[in-house]
This record gives sequence, structure tokens and C-alpha cells, in this order.
Amino acid sequence: MLNRLRPLLKQHEFYLAVLISLLVIILSVMSEDFMTLGNIFDMTVSSAILGIMACGLFVVLIAGGIDISFPATAAIAQYISASFILSSGGNFATAFAIAAAVGIILGLINAVLVYQLKVPSIIITIAMLNVYFGLLIYFSDGAWLYGFPDWFMDGINLFNFTASDGYDYSLNLPIITLLVVIALTSLLMNKTRLGRQIYAMGGNSDAASRIGINLFGVTLFVYAYMGALAGIAAMVQAQITQSVAPNSLMGFELTVLAAVVLGGTSMGGGKGTLFGVILGVALLAIIKNGLTLLGVPAYWHTLITGLIIILSISMTAWNNKKQTAMGAI
Amino acid sequence: MQQVLSALTMPSDKNIRYLLVILAAILVMMAATSGGTFFSLTNLQSMSSQMPLLGILALAMAICMLTGGINLSIIASTNACGLVMASIITQAPDSTWMLIAALAAGLVTAIIIGIANGMLIAYVGVSPILATLGMMTFINGLNLLISGGSVISGFPEALLVLGNGTVAGIPMPLILFAVFALGLWGLLEHTPLGRYIYLIGSNEKATRFSGINTQKALVYVYIISSILCWIAAIIMMAKFNSAKAGYGESYLLIAILAAVLGGIHPDGGFGRIIGIVLALVVLQTLESGLNILGVSSYLTMTLWGAILIIFISLQRFRS
Repeated sequence: MLNRLRPLLKQHEFYLAVLISLLVIILSVMSEDFMTLGNIFDMTVSSAILGIMACGLFVVLIAGGIDISFPATAAIAQYISASFILSSGGNFATAFAIAAAVGIILGLINAVLVYQLKVPSIIITIAMLNVYFGLLIYFSDGAWLYGFPDWFMDGINLFNFTASDGYDYSLNLPIITLLVVIALTSLLMNKTRLGRQIYAMGGNSDAASRIGINLFGVTLFVYAYMGALAGIAAMVQAQITQSVAPNSLMGFELTVLAAVVLGGTSMGGGKGTLFGVILGVALLAIIKNGLTLLGVPAYWHTLITGLIIILSISMTAWNNKKQTAMGAI
Repeated sequence: MQQVLSALTMPSDKNIRYLLVILAAILVMMAATSGGTFFSLTNLQSMSSQMPLLGILALAMAICMLTGGINLSIIASTNACGLVMASIITQAPDSTWMLIAALAAGLVTAIIIGIANGMLIAYVGVSPILATLGMMTFINGLNLLISGGSVISGFPEALLVLGNGTVAGIPMPLILFAVFALGLWGLLEHTPLGRYIYLIGSNEKATRFSGINTQKALVYVYIISSILCWIAAIIMMAKFNSAKAGYGESYLLIAILAAVLGGIHPDGGFGRIIGIVLALVVLQTLESGLNILGVSSYLTMTLWGAILIIFISLQRFRS
């Protein structure tokens, strides 16, 4: 029994799950509002955008790259798609399709530059963040878009039901999108050949190339996937806030990065699980929600989030170091 | 083009050559379109008082990048030093001793942040991007907490002079930048620590096995980076006559951009201070030039990114 548990103790996800369980227990005891259906729904909706983007960044990180430009990609996709809705109507399918298509195009541009220039992707995508964002503000004049059609404002609600607390609940657009994206990413990374190729390329790109993996193709795919998810997340955000502001997603890149690496995904590529990413997103969501429910002033939120990020990444690094040292003997 | 360049006996460093070509192109463009305004003393002075803040931050970023690391906490550190100094100064704005105490407290703050970053990276073994990302969030939280999110303002003239004063027509920030750029150049090129920094960036393992205490060297690097943030904080306070959590956040990625444009290799080991100085001059002339021509500042932002991409492509396809 103990032997079977031992591999578990080496898993980053295990510690993260323990930490989250502890937090959930503490919060349930300290605040009676925490474990209610309403709060869990709210938490999921408010972390849907983070979760969707985290799935995209996870895939890029596994492939050994990084994308800093996705908030700008998302903002452009959101702006173009929202402008289309305002001028010619449509439905959610067209809105998401346009946003995803714009995201894919911008992602492909990133991929070509990253692959061809052979410079660390963080540099390329920082430069492209400036390029994309500057162009967006220049052409949009920073103007907000609002006054969307009713179908957009109302969103999608499936399985309506009234809970015992008297409120109505349903699977709404942010939650549905989040679940679909997680399922899709899980399928991609665990069950497809492409997913294995992404892991292989991130683990050792030379070796991957020798066994016949088309590195350029995989690079194109991962950045396009990130772009598509950024566009989709941006439409979810527009639906939640019922408006589009060109700069509303700025600065979000580092939060998403924090969530992904909290989940144990390695910056070097090849290592990490989607389950870990979901735990990372959940941890950030629970901390924020829990602190709000406990009435901790908002000024403390960033501090405590930072502290938990530092502790968690230190623990991972320390464990890795110990394991490497043991391996050396 | 290549022959012309060699005929002119340009510096052998290819980065610096390209930067000089871009700079020359911008200057010719400005001379042709609005020479009088661009080369006026007022514009030159305003340019040279704007550049140093980004300049010092780019140096703070560059020294970490030389070791193959990165420092995402520079803006948070700058604001932390600024807030600490501001809250002490405003206790007694007229007292010289208070000013000195404030400056010292800012320096201590910087050193503590530097040690924390360095320890996490060198001894705990966290990758620099993650360690400094975590520290950035943590310090931003501290900044919000100590300032309550409000602006602290009202500084004595002795401090403001560092941001707005001139000596013989040369703006004070430029002098500060020159002093620290020279100091950093001396450190990198003429001290053992400077050698270690380049060696760690080239191959950390080999450096450690050749008997150099890389862990100690890394801690020093992040302390120096933080101290540069302290200087940036002084300039920023003097320029804005205030301190606030969240000031200057857009400088973070631009500082990386400037360092890479200046020839600092993102994987570490290569790059010189002179390159960064030139890159900063290029970025600043471009910004001021386009501003005079009435081009939107957002388009300038796009151009900064585009220039970096073009610059990298030039290096890639020429070699």
C-alpha cells in the first residue's frame, strides 16, 4: 500500500490537491457561504477566462515555447468579432468562429516568427504583444463597444433548475465553454498522436526531429491553438462583461502564466499535466473567492497570491533538486 | 551594404553596426522632415531627460539576462523602493536627515528584494522567470498594502532636482544614467564578478565545476539589479513628484525589448552595455521623432516591436 502511494508523493499535483483540499475545508468551516452551489457557480464563471487561456498556454509551454502576446491576440479577436456582431448580427457560432479564426491567424504569425528566427519565444511574443496591441489601439482609438443584440446579452442557459436556496441555476455560456475547452485539450494532449508529438518536441526537440516529427508543423499548431483559445476566451469575457474594451485584458498574461506554472508545468517544456493546470486555476480562484468571503481587504489578495505562488514554485524546485541529487547517486 | 559599412570602418560588433545604421536612418528622416524642431536644444533636452528611466530599468533587466535569467520584478521593486522612500520623506519634507534616511531605507529595501530573488534562484533552484514572477506579485501586494493604493506626493526640492534639474544644460537623469551605465560597464568588463556573469550565462554548470561560486555570484547579480531599480525609483519619484503602486508597469516588457535590441543574448553570455545605450537612443529618437511628426504613440509602440523583429531577422539571415 505504502509502496503504491510513494510515486504519488513525488507528484506535484498531489501536493497541490492536498493544499486545495485543506483550503476548501478551512473555508467551509470559516464561511458558510463558501460551499454553496451559488458560490461554486460564481467561482467557476469568474475563473472561466483564466481557465480557457491557461489551457492554451499549457499546450505552448509543453511544446517548449511561451506566448506572452495572447492578451493582445484576444483583444483583437474580441474587437473584430464584436464589431461584426454589432454590424450584421449573427449567432454564437459565428461570433466564436470569427474570434477563433482571428486568433489562429495571429497565432500562426507568432509561430512562423518563433520557428524561423530561432530566438527564444518569449522575446518574439513580447515584441508581437507590442505590435498587436499598438495596432489595435491605433485602429480602434481605444473606443469601447457595447449595445450588443439580445441573444448575445442573454447568453446560453442549459438545464435550468431552481435549487433549494431559491435561486435559478443553469449551465451558462462561460461554464459550457470552459468544460468543452478542457475536454478538447485533454483529448488532444492525452489521446492523440499530435499530443504526444507536442510532449516529445518540448522534451527534446532534436530527438523529436530525428524520429520524424515535423517541428514546424507542431509549432504552427500550438501557437494557433493558443490563439484560437485566446479568441474564444475573449468572446466569453465580452459576454460576461457585456462590453468590449480594447485594453481590458492587458496585463493578464502573467496571471495566466502563474496559474499554469502553479500547476507544475515546466518552463523548459515537455513536463506537466492538464490536471495540474486545472488545479492551478482552481487554487487561484479559491484563494481570491475565499479571501473575499472572509472579508479580507482586497489589498491583501495580491500579497497572499504572491506568497502562495512563491511557496508552491519553491517546493517544486526543491523537490526536483532533491530528485536530481538522488538520481546522481 | 556590407562593403559600405566595412569601408567606413564601423565597429566590428555586428549588433552595434545595425543599430548605428537604424539610428542614422532615423536621423536622416528627421532632418529631412522636421530638422529644426527635432535638433533644437529643447527637444534634445527633453529626449535626454526621458530616456534614462527606461535606460536604468533596461540595465537592471540586462544584467540578469546576461546570466541567462530574467527579472520580471523590476517594476514592482522600483515601486516598492519609491513607496518606502516617499512615505519616509513625507514625514518631514524639509529635513535633510530625513531625506538621507529615506534614501538609505530605499537602498535597504532594494537589497532585501535582491537577496530574496537571488536566494530563490540560486539556492532553492527556481527558474528565474518564475521566481521573479512570484516576487513581482508578492511585492505588488506589499506595495498596495503599505500605500493603501493611494498616491504619496510632496517631495523636497533636493530630490526633485534629480528628475528635472540640469547641470550645464545636461539633464540630471542623463547624468545619473551615464554614471550607472559606466559603473556597470566597469563591473562587467573589469572585475572578476563581471567575468563570472558572462561565464554563468554561457554555461552555468561548467562555470560551477571550474571552481566559481555561481550561487553567490547570482545573488550579487540580483542585488545589483535591485539597486538599479532603486536608482530608477529615485528618478521616477523626482519626475512625477509622487509615488504609487502600479506606476510604470508598461516599462517591464519594454525593458526586455530594449535589452534584446541592445544585443543582450536572451539565453545569456553575450551582450555589452554600449549596445544597450545605443538601443535606448534608437528607441528614444524614434519615439520623439514620430511624436513631432504627429504619429500616434500607439503606432510607435507597434514600431518598437516591429524594429526588434526586423533586427532579429537581420542578424539571423545575414549570418
